[in-house]
Amino acid sequence: MRALGRILALLGPFRWRIGLAVVLGALTVGGGVGLMGTAAFLIAAAALQPSIAELQVAIVGVRFFGITRGVFRYLERLVAHRVTLDLLGRLRRWFIEALEPLAPARTVELASADLHRRVVGDVESLQELFVRAVAPSVVAVVVGAAVAWLLGGLDRGLAMAFAVAFAGTAVVVTGGVSVLAAPRRGELVAARQALTSAVADALQGMPELLAFGREGVVADRVRRCSEAAERARSRAARREALGDAGVVAGTHAAVWLVLVLAIPMIGEGTITGVHLAVVCLVVMAAFEAVQPLPAAASSLGEQHAAAERVLAVLDAPAAVVDGAAGEMASEPDPSRPVLELRDVAFAHPGGSGHALDGVDLTVEHGARVAIVGPSGAGKSTLAHLLLRFWDPSSGEIALGGRPLRSWPLERLRSVVGLLPQRVDLFTGSIRDNLLLAAPRATGEQLDAAADRAGLLETVRALPDGWETWIGEQGMRLSGGQRQRLAIARLVLRDPRVVVLDEPSAGLDPATERRVVESLLGLFAGRALVVITHRLAAMELFDEIVVLDRGRIIERGSHHELLAGRGLYARLLRAEVSVWGRPHHS
Amino acid sequence: MHLDRRIVTLALGRRPALAGSVLAGWLGGVVTVVQAWLLARVIAEVFLAGADRAAVSGELGWLVAAIALRAGLGWTADALAASAAAGVKHEIRCRAFDAIMARGPAAAELEHTGELITVLTDGVEAIDAYVSRYLPQLAMAAVIPLTIAAVVLGRDPLSGVVLVATAPVIPLFMWLIGRIADARAKRQWLAMARMSAFFLDTIQGLTTLKLLGRSRAQLEAVDRVSRAFRSSSMAVLRIAFLSSLVLELVATLSVAVVAVEIGLRLLGGRLAFVDAFFVLLLAPELYLPMRRLGTAFHAGLAGVNAASRLGELIDAPVPARPTGDGAAMPAHPALALDEVSYAYPGGGGRDRPALDAASLEIARGETVALVGPSGSGKSTVVGLLLRFVEPDRGRVTADGVEASAIDPAAWRRRIAWLPQRPHLLAGSVRDNLLIARPDATEEQLWEALRLARADGFVAALPHRLETPVGERGGRLSGGQARRVALARAFLADRPVVVLDEPAEDLDPGLRVDLDGSLAQLLTGRSALVIAHCLSTVTAADRIVVMDGGRVVGQGSHGELLGGCELYRTLVEAHRGAP
Repeated sequence: MRALGRILALLGPFRWRIGLAVVLGALTVGGGVGLMGTAAFLIAAAALQPSIAELQVAIVGVRFFGITRGVFRYLERLVAHRVTLDLLGRLRRWFIEALEPLAPARTVELASADLHRRVVGDVESLQELFVRAVAPSVVAVVVGAAVAWLLGGLDRGLAMAFAVAFAGTAVVVTGGVSVLAAPRRGELVAARQALTSAVADALQGMPELLAFGREGVVADRVRRCSEAAERARSRAARREALGDAGVVAGTHAAVWLVLVLAIPMIGEGTITGVHLAVVCLVVMAAFEAVQPLPAAASSLGEQHAAAERVLAVLDAPAAVVDGAAGEMASEPDPSRPVLELRDVAFAHPGGSGHALDGVDLTVEHGARVAIVGPSGAGKSTLAHLLLRFWDPSSGEIALGGRPLRSWPLERLRSVVGLLPQRVDLFTGSIRDNLLLAAPRATGEQLDAAADRAGLLETVRALPDGWETWIGEQGMRLSGGQRQRLAIARLVLRDPRVVVLDEPSAGLDPATERRVVESLLGLFAGRALVVITHRLAAMELFDEIVVLDRGRIIERGSHHELLAGRGLYARLLRAEVSVWGRPHHS
Repeated sequence: MHLDRRIVTLALGRRPALAGSVLAGWLGGVVTVVQAWLLARVIAEVFLAGADRAAVSGELGWLVAAIALRAGLGWTADALAASAAAGVKHEIRCRAFDAIMARGPAAAELEHTGELITVLTDGVEAIDAYVSRYLPQLAMAAVIPLTIAAVVLGRDPLSGVVLVATAPVIPLFMWLIGRIADARAKRQWLAMARMSAFFLDTIQGLTTLKLLGRSRAQLEAVDRVSRAFRSSSMAVLRIAFLSSLVLELVATLSVAVVAVEIGLRLLGGRLAFVDAFFVLLLAPELYLPMRRLGTAFHAGLAGVNAASRLGELIDAPVPARPTGDGAAMPAHPALALDEVSYAYPGGGGRDRPALDAASLEIARGETVALVGPSGSGKSTVVGLLLRFVEPDRGRVTADGVEASAIDPAAWRRRIAWLPQRPHLLAGSVRDNLLIARPDATEEQLWEALRLARADGFVAALPHRLETPVGERGGRLSGGQARRVALARAFLADRPVVVLDEPAEDLDPGLRVDLDGSLAQLLTGRSALVIAHCLSTVTAADRIVVMDGGRVVGQGSHGELLGGCELYRTLVEAHRGAP
């Protein structure tokens, strides 16, 4: 439960509001207790036929509780949901703050495991922690204690009996039922996974299954898995239903217990018959606070799992340490090569084997270098090392003669610019998205950058020009438009070294060549490192480096490599693809 | 009243379980009445008649029985409802699944396979709360208050009238407030989805933000969005929660009214204490099922949306599929398309038919290469040859016999198909091979693996043939998965081969290996190859060029270079690099 503890700590700043929500929650149940208590008193006292004056207080009490309970419930729900919204905002900020120092290494890992959505869902589900789990538990404790104290004023034995029954019911319906239901939950998760896998096989493999005439076999598997999953679901539901049944049994058992204990007290004169009626109904009404506990327990289990998953994402050491944060701007030494890699090796944390091994590379100012090779050769990893997403496991990288590790990170990332494969857009105007690259850029500067990136025409054609809303909630830009926006960002930042990661992915051969040529022109005079597995316009590069399984196996100009008849020549031949890559559906 | 016709019909099909659940719930209500009566009697006896514990021991004993019975009935109601839900979900899932399978792979592709998988798993799960909670609670919210009201009317008509008059106010007010809150709530859901998307944007874009040095600045934006969302949410909740305010107010106020009213009549001696106390115990129980209905309604709401999506899937028309009139499929057929046109239902995202009077043939033992830009209709030709779709116009034939006369399963038994991205089933390598030939011997399996150049890596797997390959061929690389699929084709040993060549960059060394295996597979068989490599194209006996759903040229490489404009342009465009 340590994981949940760390999430609960986030509730700290809202303690006054939380206190208010708990008090209102307790008052709501208390309103029910008061209503039933005063009503029982009213009726029992009236049965003795006193003067009506003696009943006036009880009548007012009944009316008072009759109205306040609803009002308290309303206020309690408002305050509790306000806490939920507060917590949600806090959770989001906390998560981003904690993830930020780990980026980009951690965010790249999340993206490759396709975990973004799950983690966002987990963070959001934790907002329910207070309203569904914490609040009902605290309210139950407060109500239990208050009613026991009230009963104690009448007779200590009755108070003890109530307290034991109340706490016992709470413990049994939460702890006991959780223990009983836990193994069924595991079974259910396994059955659901089997079902999803069967459905996925049947639908994704449908063409081949039909072709082999085996669709019936997989359809039977789907049916069996569906039945098994539903059986597991009913079994789990039967165990969980014990919680609600337990609340009913506990409530009335407590009333019965108090009744049996109280009857002789009337004979002994300890309490009166009026008290008996009141005590029974007060006990019954107090158990309203136990009702939400089974749901709270199962919610707490889910929250705990979510908290552990979220913290697993955050509990990683930062991949790189900013060696010179805050240092004044410095420039790469123009007399040294802009990039030098010496015997660089890298293994992804937790990965098997080296992604890069023994890589030596020198890039002069203004040189154009292409890094090519089959997918999985380590090309993108190399690009990530140049921007210090990670540090090499061994070997050294220098930028302008100065070790990469000794550069202030912010400065490094403005000297070396990256055109990523996947362009991130943010909800906001297209202007906002470009301003991210240079917050103080003027309108003319934006226009100029967009013009050079080939984006200006697109912007002018948009309904609201620069103010057009884009991103997940706005207009969808095409892949090409997104890329041009990212190029405009790079133009604005004007880095010394430009790293292009697969700039022509997903294009047909004719367009591909044009894009590479225009990028080379755009960043003329800058050192350019282009990562690509497509071999378009290779003759325009000063040096081509061929990577295979993390090692450089060939290097040279296009013509030299073609003559060498090595992997490069074979790659080029394999790529003699007549109509480009197939369409992805 | 939110009643989904389809779920309700299916749920009624589960009559025993669902009716049992409602019956158990109602009996629980009856026991509640009995229990209240027993409790009122005990208290009345002790209080007014001065009875001691022994005198009421009978009632006390019956109370224990009532409590146990009530808890047991409550559990039974829940358990039966869960089993009814399980049955309904299984049935809906199977119907939707069968409907998807009946429409075939082309339709599934158009509907997005990933979304279909989600609908059949999570979507069906969302129906659970609707069937297991909302439907039974709806019935109980009707029968239990009526039962209690009837009992109270019998014992004390005046109190009965108060209860009968106030109870209907609850559904009325909930409906009224629901209508007002509904539109606002919908807008708020949208705001919630947007805010969630904004958060996801930020997390996904953290890499970019960090590279641009803007990640800290984004925190301010996150706070701003959170604050705006919070205030708009609270405005909605203030209204939405009014329904619970009304519910509580009506329920508690009616109890208060009843309490005061019976108290005053007790005072005047016009009512017996035992009846008065009995009515007081029952009054809150009358409102309880309605309060629970409010909660169950929210839990079941997601199920209504899921059900309408599942309903679309189940009701979508299944295209007529000829099952043949018994004509035999020739042993080694020559296949042909004769003036075939085909348009995907709904256009398949295009404004023209996928195939437009296209004709081509594959003679016995001939290898035909099919080339053309993406979207030219190559995949549709494959779909027609495999009988995944039937032509709108024109004929598909085997040795001149029209396909519609031949049973599709018999037809497919002559064709081995190797798709571009083969799907490996969750299971072992052996399971995946046996798909092609369930009765294959150990020797045949290894021979097929050897022919596909897959024997080496399979032998090196931790459990060889029994190694699980997981979802989407989890543990195998793309090249390995393809070789397993190739082994399937060898194992199936069919006279016709349809091959979709991989255009992705496989390891070039592997590629050379595969080319050898493929050549072997094609020897002595008729083949249609969707080609991406010039080497494959030139090796074919004949090349068919497609564009825009039409065949725009066929012949040898040399003939087409001279005579087919499209063929020449594209070959040259590719060779643009000097």
